Amino acid sequence: MSEMQNLYLVVPLAPLAGAILAGLFGKAIGRTGAHVATILGVAVALFASILIYQDVQAGNTFNGTVYTWATSGNLSLEVGFLIDELTVMMMLVVTFVSLMVHLYTIGYMQEDPGYQRFFSYISLFTFSMLMLVMSNNFLQLFFGWEAVGLVSYLLIGFWYTRPTAIFANMKAFLVNRVGDFGFLLGIGLVAAHTGSLDYAEVFAQADALSAKTIELFPGAPWLLISVICICLFIGAMGKSAQVPLHVWLPDSMEGPTPISALIHAATMVTAGIFMVARMSPLFELSETALSFVIVIGATTALFMGFLGIVQNDIKRVVAYSTLSQLGYMTVALGVSAYSAAVFHLMTHAFFKALLFLGAGSVIIGMHHDQDMRNMGGLWKYMKITWFTSLVGSLALIGFPFLSGFFSKDSIIEAVHFSTIPGAGYAYFCVIVGVFVTAFYSFRMYFLVFHGKERFGQAHHDHHGDHDDEEPSDDHHHGLAPGQKPHESPWVVTVPLILLAIPSVLIGFFTIEPMLFGDWFKRAIHVTASHDTIGQFAEHFHGAAAMAMHGFTTLPFFLAMAGVVLAWFFYLVKPEIPAAIMRTFKPLHTLLDNKYYFDKFNEVVFAGGSRLLGQGLWKGGDQGVIDGLIVNGTARTISLVAQASRLLQSGHIYMYAFSMIIGLCVLLSLWFSVV
Amino acid sequence: MNFVVPDFAPAVTELFVAGMSLVILLLTVFMRESARNIGYVLTQLTLIVAALLTIFTMDGQVRVTLSDMYVDDLMGDVLKILICFSVITALIYGRGYAADRGFDRPEYHLLALFSTLGMMVMVTANHFLSLYIGLEMLSLSLYGLVAFDRDSARSTEAAMKYFILGALASGLLLYGMSMVYGATGNLSLSGVAQAIYNQAAVYDGVSSKTVLMFGLVFIVAGLAFKLGVVPFHMWVPDVYHGAPTSVTLMIGTAPKLAAFAMAMRLLVGGLFDLAEHWQTMLMLMAVGSLVLGNIAAIAQTNLKRMLAYSGISHMGFLLLGLLSGVVEGDRFNALNAYTSSMFYAIAYVVMSLASFGIIILLSRSGFEAENIDDLKGLNKRSSWFAAMMMIIMFSMAGIPFFIGFFAKLSVLQSLVAADMVWLAVLAVMMSLVGAFYYLRVVKVMYFDEPVDTAPIHAASDIRVLLSANCLAIAFLGLLPQQLIDLCQLALVASFQG
Repeated sequence: MSEMQNLYLVVPLAPLAGAILAGLFGKAIGRTGAHVATILGVAVALFASILIYQDVQAGNTFNGTVYTWATSGNLSLEVGFLIDELTVMMMLVVTFVSLMVHLYTIGYMQEDPGYQRFFSYISLFTFSMLMLVMSNNFLQLFFGWEAVGLVSYLLIGFWYTRPTAIFANMKAFLVNRVGDFGFLLGIGLVAAHTGSLDYAEVFAQADALSAKTIELFPGAPWLLISVICICLFIGAMGKSAQVPLHVWLPDSMEGPTPISALIHAATMVTAGIFMVARMSPLFELSETALSFVIVIGATTALFMGFLGIVQNDIKRVVAYSTLSQLGYMTVALGVSAYSAAVFHLMTHAFFKALLFLGAGSVIIGMHHDQDMRNMGGLWKYMKITWFTSLVGSLALIGFPFLSGFFSKDSIIEAVHFSTIPGAGYAYFCVIVGVFVTAFYSFRMYFLVFHGKERFGQAHHDHHGDHDDEEPSDDHHHGLAPGQKPHESPWVVTVPLILLAIPSVLIGFFTIEPMLFGDWFKRAIHVTASHDTIGQFAEHFHGAAAMAMHGFTTLPFFLAMAGVVLAWFFYLVKPEIPAAIMRTFKPLHTLLDNKYYFDKFNEVVFAGGSRLLGQGLWKGGDQGVIDGLIVNGTARTISLVAQASRLLQSGHIYMYAFSMIIGLCVLLSLWFSVV
Repeated sequence: MNFVVPDFAPAVTELFVAGMSLVILLLTVFMRESARNIGYVLTQLTLIVAALLTIFTMDGQVRVTLSDMYVDDLMGDVLKILICFSVITALIYGRGYAADRGFDRPEYHLLALFSTLGMMVMVTANHFLSLYIGLEMLSLSLYGLVAFDRDSARSTEAAMKYFILGALASGLLLYGMSMVYGATGNLSLSGVAQAIYNQAAVYDGVSSKTVLMFGLVFIVAGLAFKLGVVPFHMWVPDVYHGAPTSVTLMIGTAPKLAAFAMAMRLLVGGLFDLAEHWQTMLMLMAVGSLVLGNIAAIAQTNLKRMLAYSGISHMGFLLLGLLSGVVEGDRFNALNAYTSSMFYAIAYVVMSLASFGIIILLSRSGFEAENIDDLKGLNKRSSWFAAMMMIIMFSMAGIPFFIGFFAKLSVLQSLVAADMVWLAVLAVMMSLVGAFYYLRVVKVMYFDEPVDTAPIHAASDIRVLLSANCLAIAFLGLLPQQLIDLCQLALVASFQG
């Protein structure tokens, strides 16, 4: 077993070594050195993950401590690994997508001066994400959680000279703070009530926890387990961008596109989903928390989808699509279909990374113009990008036989079977969501790849009305008149092809073991009364049958309706959307302003905090703390200090005298006792 | 009366060091001036071999020999090894400094060796007399070392003060020992402990206990002088300041370990049944040291004086660990308490070595970099050593995750376990005050313009060792548990709980 344990260590440490090499010695090893080192690191991690996967398949799981950092009372703070089916699946997804993104970055960041820095960050991200998923305790989970957040912050603000990027990374950081606040409270409650941070020990005490209540407000007892789960889920809401903590994700598109693919679509944002799945033994005990999860997830799934319809920036469409798909996963968590959530997480990681990288390839072809209104007809010029994007879009809308179909339909079925409060609302949301997804996905697809060629018209006049959305000029060239887009280099297209393959196939081959087999038997815990997947299993007769049946179901018709409508609106009669936009002006304004979440946050939270801060600063800090306490204490202390200098006169008789006085005081202690 | 040849085997380290110091003494007398290097090399070799000897003969056994005078146990061994390494490091740091000022004569190294021997004897003493001999051996060597720069008025003045006050303290200690002897009829520490334990049941009147308590007070006073805690601290700033920095380095480090051992031998080994009495005394002195040490340090402009006051406050912390051992006659916390104290002593020595090492590193012939202003803009001159100094200062201030933080934490935990929360709160508040002057050093290094722009030229052995020393502070902060476990193991093996 010890060789396996070494292998476990290799997985996170190889990318870390790459990150250190590229980050600290970037100048010395140069551009080539940086990408060779980091790609090698990630490739080693992927290879090791594959070996571990085989080992896990042979039935060898692991749960143990690698290093004890410190012990405080009975609480030990450790670094440890929990290697089971769930972990190893996440490891494979993370390392594979990360490797693809590393390769792709060579092409995408070619001309960027921060080349080495970028590679260092993404490798560091891979390390952090692996630490997060491989953890066997809450402390390390939190470490990974914060570390991926940090790297995300660094990468959103990668082009740190752009004010919009700085604004976006601040926003991501602050919004995640809100989530982390809940998360930390949840962890604190767990530690306080179980005395342990180790998953296995906490889960063993789960039943005891569910009997306890806690009074958040005097006189109103809450089930402790519900409070813990909701707190933990608030953390997941921040990281996985669920309403109302979703606002940072669209803005995170300020970062370079490979990052959007890796961090803000495929892996980091799914950390929340992973975490809840990992905590299934706790969530299963609280129906309140599950209901909360469902409602939040369903709302995100549907209403964020709507926003995708009105976006003109290619990356933002994909970003809203990501939000909506995360909502789907969250809904699945809420109906106890953890395995379906994780399954969708995996398929989504592939096709969403594919879509993002495809969008990135388009952006390269368009010379960093991201406005879809300037595109059209690109399929002639970028064959590989066109085809892989089509595959990705079909997978996303759940076209039968493609991976997205299996995972999304499983979620829809699981919601259908659920009896938890909120499941009815969720069912409505996920069903309508299918139509919306198909509509915005193919709106994007048609606008970009088909129809009239609109590029090369130096269309730059939209800066005025979309200030907050558009990247500033330095990276926003666009094609000059007469210039044609061109296909991207092989380092860009190869990852597209490599990602397209699992986007098509992986669902078909893995649905049976992952959902209905016993792959997650040990990792995920579902109580019998919530077992929606179990009910679904009774209707499942093999992947092929499910796909064939898929052609006759409501979601399929809705999806096709969405595609056809998009085709009609944006290819056949482009004047219709404009007419609708005029007719439903208020609705469009509402969507264009993203339901005013940003305005609300700015005025209420940011404004409120500033006001509070101002008050505390002027009144509390400058008045009481600085004036009275700090300066007062400092003055007192400096007076005492001066006085003590006088005592230290340098005269030896004073010194001896002080010793004698001390002796007398010590003696008097005894005699005062007697 | 038959004479039995004592078993010398447990004391092999001390015998080796004693023998070697005589050999070196004789050799250097007949050596030409030019070969003075030999003295240094031999001294270092002796210390290394002594450390190795201790390591290889180390086991968990407690062996008493030389007519009850000497005890060989795990705590003694651990501390002896650390003392050896501390002196080795101090000699390496101080070598260039001493050479620049022309006092790297053989006697200098010999005195260091004799002081080490003294410390070893203190650490392994099981008898009032051997303890006293060790202490005097250490002290007399140190007096000599302080005065070594004999043309410097400041140095001789410091030596004079140190000598006179030291003589006074030594008198107090001896007086205390004689009274304890009077009360118990024993000079051996285990004998004293036994006698007090037996008498505790049969004390008929106040008289003999009064004698015992008088003895205790005088012993504590002598001990307090050695540790340098309030109000027996007055010598510390003047001697630290006045002595050549390479000597300050030696006074401020290894002897603290020896003093800790002395406290353990006397108070825990010999006078444990009086714990509730000496704990109160230590409490008074600890509070005084924490308050005075931290506050007075703020007013200092001289780095060595600042570190002296900071050392006083650190010793206050060490006392806090010692005094939380026995709670209303219950000994459940004793092991935690003494472990935290020992851990603190070790952590302090590591940090102290590094901090004086930096001063030496920045000094050069004819220039003492001992004012805080001399550190101004250090980051521009050498960002590496500025970072190292920052580690030291952060660690001393108790900022996580350096060793100083864990040292403070373990003492505080022990205090809280002993229900002495108010002391813990006071200690934390005083640490906050202390953070001010440590952070001021960091501020000066990073945000002020350099006054002194001369490049740092120091031998590569100092650079490497000093860096390793500072990195050890950071590294031990990552693995504090191992060191704590070692201390605990040593104490368990030596005192059986």
